[in-house]
Amino acid sequence: MKPVDFDYVKPATLAAAVDLLAQGNGSVKAIAGAQSLGPMLNLRLVQPELLVDVTAIPELLGTREEAERIVIGAGVTHARLEDGDTSERTRAVLAQIASGIAYRAVRNRGTIGGSLAHADPAADWLVCTTALGAELLLVGAAGQRIVSAAEFVVGGFETMLAPDELIVEVHVPRLSAGSRWGYYKVCRKRGEFADASAAVLVDDARGFHRCVIGATSGRPIVIDDSRPLSELAGAAAVAEALSPTALAADAFAIQVHAAAVRRAVTAATA
Amino acid sequence: MSTASPNARLVSLTVNGRPVARLAAPRTHLADFLREGELLTGAHLGCEQGVCGACTLLLDGEPVRGCLAYAVACEGRAVTTIEGLDQDEIAARLREAFTAEHALQCGFCTPGMLISARDVVERLPDADDARVRVEMSGNLCRCTGYVGIVKAIRRVLEDRKAR
Ligand SMILES: Cc1cc2nc3c(=O)[nH]c(=O)nc-3n(C[C@H](O)[C@H](O)[C@H](O)COP(=O)(O)OP(=O)(O)OC[C@H]3O[C@@H](n4cnc5c(N)ncnc54)[C@H](O)[C@@H]3O)c2cc1C
Ligand code: FES
Ligand code: FES
Repeated sequence: MKPVDFDYVKPATLAAAVDLLAQGNGSVKAIAGAQSLGPMLNLRLVQPELLVDVTAIPELLGTREEAERIVIGAGVTHARLEDGDTSERTRAVLAQIASGIAYRAVRNRGTIGGSLAHADPAADWLVCTTALGAELLLVGAAGQRIVSAAEFVVGGFETMLAPDELIVEVHVPRLSAGSRWGYYKVCRKRGEFADASAAVLVDDARGFHRCVIGATSGRPIVIDDSRPLSELAGAAAVAEALSPTALAADAFAIQVHAAAVRRAVTAATA
Repeated sequence: MSTASPNARLVSLTVNGRPVARLAAPRTHLADFLREGELLTGAHLGCEQGVCGACTLLLDGEPVRGCLAYAVACEGRAVTTIEGLDQDEIAARLREAFTAEHALQCGFCTPGMLISARDVVERLPDADDARVRVEMSGNLCRCTGYVGIVKAIRRVLEDRKAR
């Protein structure tokens, strides 16, 4: 199937993009790599009047090293993160996450910001940036704000982004030397969205003892808990964590999510 | 290609080394732009949602989905389709290896397979069977099966190492 007949602009500045989004009354959509929006347009699940391409906005395109964090432009592709320098620990973790997303042809276009804004509960960046304690810089007509990845997502495919707001940067705190990280996604075929996923970060120096369960029906489930990882990974603990979700009645889903947590914990403690 | 759209505009690309300027509606994806406008039918359309890989082509030398890149968004860039790889050294070796290893039957998936395979050969000279399978997981073949395809790619990798 083909998309509806939309119009298209590629503004060169952040201010121009925000202006266009603000004038849109909801019939305007930002577009980055088109790797999530493209299929939705082709299937006519989305029928916008105007697409605002954000891939020429300089603020979205760079990455920056700071002492305490790595700053990634929202328009940076999965492939660029996959190919990044892996001698530094946080970068290596980011490269590993990126390399598991979809396929190279998709990673060459798809962006970290587009992935977060799309907020598919089964998406990799959503779960991993939440577990890493990342923050997002959002810019809209009303100004800018910084929100945590955890609070950014309010439900499945739902975020706190205002219609005229863009994700501009993703701030990933650097992992401390003694920190432990593990991520596991369960999928039938390599590169697919997860059936279940989990990420674990223990970073005592930063006071982090976090497990995030993804591919639920809604926002990722964050467990900030100082219990030993082995206890967190128990089937009972996972069932309890999933009890407020739509998966609570699905014994198979609980089992698969428990497997994801167990394997993420194994990866973090190996 | 819906050139009748009020939103249609001139899109200029370099296609297989040749400048092309053609009126296209923004909703026209690269694969349609090339297939219907330039009669370059090598990029096949299977799913039009990024999953099957049959439409994979090169944009500035990198593989992308032709069904998920709108032509307007590629203004000024260089596109290479399977037709543009006739003289390409790696593609030529891959074609020979695909024949030798029986890596195709109907050929529907083959253009996308060759584009992705070429990227693997270029980017990952040390890939083993398992890595080739992982890297090729975004290209579906519905009739030949993957054994011959993986063998063909490994054959080219090994040949290049031996030289
Ligand atoms: C076959 C296939 C398999 C995939 N498998 C996986 C997988 O295993 N794991 C995974 O995580 N993902 C997967 N994806 C999705 C992929 O990661 C997408 O690249 C990503 O979800 C969207 O990024 P994008 O840049 O393409 O955004 P687009 O598709 O261009 O946009 C997506 C949404 O984000 C909005 N948006 C884009 N950029 C911004 C911004 N800067 N600020 C605010 N809003 C913005 C758009 O308006 C739209 O609503 C897959 C995709 C395909 C086609
Ligand atoms: S037609 Fe583009 S991936 Fe299937
Ligand atoms: S050769 Fe027929 S689908 Fe692959």
